[in-house]
Amino acid sequence: MSKQLSESINKTLKDKIVDCVLVNDEVTVELKKTDLLEVAETLRDHDDFKFELLMDLCGVDYLTYGQDEWETEHASSSGFGRGRDNADTTSNWPKERFAVVYHLLSVSLNQRVRLKVYVDENDMMIPSVVDVWNCANWFEREAFDLFGILFEGHPDLRRILTDYGFIGHPFRKDFPVIGELEMRFDEETKQCVYEPVTIEERILVPRVIRRDTK
Amino acid sequence: MAEIEHYTLNFGPQHPAAHGVLRMILELDGETIERADPHIGLLHRATEKLAEIKPYNQSIGYMDRLDYVSMMSNEHAYVLAIEKLLGITPPKRAQYIRVMFAEITRLLNHLMWLGAHGLDVGAMTMFLYCFRDREPLLDAYEAVSGARMHAGYFRPGGVYRDLPDTMAQYDKSPWRGKKKLKDLNENRQGTLLDFLWDYTEKFEKQVDEYETLLTENRIWKQRLVGIGVVSPERAYQLGYSGPMLRGSGVAWDLRKTQPYDVYAEMDFDIPVGRNGDCYDRYLVRVEEMRQSNRIIRQCIEWLKDNPGPVMIDDYKIAPPKRADVKTNMESLIHHFKLFTEGYCVPEGEIYAAVEHPKGEFAIYLVSDGANKPYRLKIRAPGFAHIASMDEVIKGHMLADVVAVIGTMDIVFGEIDR
Repeated sequence: MSKQLSESINKTLKDKIVDCVLVNDEVTVELKKTDLLEVAETLRDHDDFKFELLMDLCGVDYLTYGQDEWETEHASSSGFGRGRDNADTTSNWPKERFAVVYHLLSVSLNQRVRLKVYVDENDMMIPSVVDVWNCANWFEREAFDLFGILFEGHPDLRRILTDYGFIGHPFRKDFPVIGELEMRFDEETKQCVYEPVTIEERILVPRVIRRDTK
Repeated sequence: MAEIEHYTLNFGPQHPAAHGVLRMILELDGETIERADPHIGLLHRATEKLAEIKPYNQSIGYMDRLDYVSMMSNEHAYVLAIEKLLGITPPKRAQYIRVMFAEITRLLNHLMWLGAHGLDVGAMTMFLYCFRDREPLLDAYEAVSGARMHAGYFRPGGVYRDLPDTMAQYDKSPWRGKKKLKDLNENRQGTLLDFLWDYTEKFEKQVDEYETLLTENRIWKQRLVGIGVVSPERAYQLGYSGPMLRGSGVAWDLRKTQPYDVYAEMDFDIPVGRNGDCYDRYLVRVEEMRQSNRIIRQCIEWLKDNPGPVMIDDYKIAPPKRADVKTNMESLIHHFKLFTEGYCVPEGEIYAAVEHPKGEFAIYLVSDGANKPYRLKIRAPGFAHIASMDEVIKGHMLADVVAVIGTMDIVFGEIDR
């Protein structure tokens, strides 16, 4: 089923896509943002695809892909090192930093596909698919809010999940988990005040990367 | 006095009919709604970001707290995603237990929805009835996991432990006579499965009771029929799933079309609406409860006859037996490694969807080969539903807002994540 789909995508959209692979029984199509709208419309309307539903749209930040937090190999061949400094900050991710991932579903043909569009850090603009699937509206607002990806042609690109007046894009990998500001109610001035966070960031469990899983 | 034509009304975030922390800015022309702008995010806890700094198993508890009225269904999607990436299949018995509890969860969710929806629209009795009938199901939750709501029962590779042989019983108290105590404990004498079997036998009649109160009720119909009509074409465009999509007349159910665990072996029907209004969605959900009841009964019958393991036999993923940890060095090491470091999941990405009571709930998981997810995206059905609020509510009266919020089955835990 998925194999057939990936073959027909490769056939019909050959010159519009960068790559189409079948992994874990899921079809992933990588494409350039200039072709996005055209491919999206074809996938929705073409008789072989009929992806009427956009199930999910999200951003991914590949900044620290494949980096571990604690060196595990130095102390012993299998145990943990105790050092916590993560000096190696250069990413070994070969592509652009951000990706926008679309998950499409075809109710009539019972098939799914994943679209991936990589977005460069210096050019965060990507065409909006609101006109192809209306439900993209809020999903794109979310991706803008959390990652700072800009959707060209979006009717109302406001923040959605974070606080009114929030600064920054919290799901980027370089945004600290503890946040940057904390808020409290000040008894003296009788208003809410924002201050830099006072809690410390801690990593309790190391991030271990083993390429030889089992 | 100056004549006011349009005015703006702030609805929520502490309105009892807002089902949590929904804030809506409504633009009204008299009592007619011109525009609705829902503001969400007041319950945003960054679950996805928190999951990125924790080993896989430690995030199961967060899944419960997403949609906090259908706890195990959230866990279900999460463990399925991990299992798919790891390439493991849980034992058959574990799959049956999961399906049974996924359906119990559906009952829990729909009962909560029916009670709250009824209350919003003015049927106070429904709320009491539904909460009465939720109670035994929460007891079943407690019996397997020790927690009434946030169970943490599903694990990658199976479920945490097998079903218990005894049920907790009510204690003597000065406020309960001997007779009352005996009645209360009557169906708790056997195993959990006996207890649930007894429940499923009564359940059909309870649903009849709800329907007697509501289905032909004049006020109920006046409030729901023709309200919030969504055509199938619009339902696709708005990203609907679950009962919202079926209410609009699309026969789509992941349990049938893309079955996971042992749903392929279950015999059940999918109710479909005709007009796509609030009333149809009510009928669809009520019928779904009856169908869930059927599935639970099939699971109980199978589980009674087929004992067996409920967790895969792989100490890299599932902890060894407690007794072994005390006596066996290797088990101790496995136990230590599993609970400190967790397990590493092969590099790759996966999208695992389940038919959650509210719609398609899915986990998109990106792993870079570490013991923590690289990126976890939760696809919450309610997010797409509430996004369509403006379109559905436009042109309706102010009082219909609560009916539409009710019919969307909104729970903020999952929408805000």
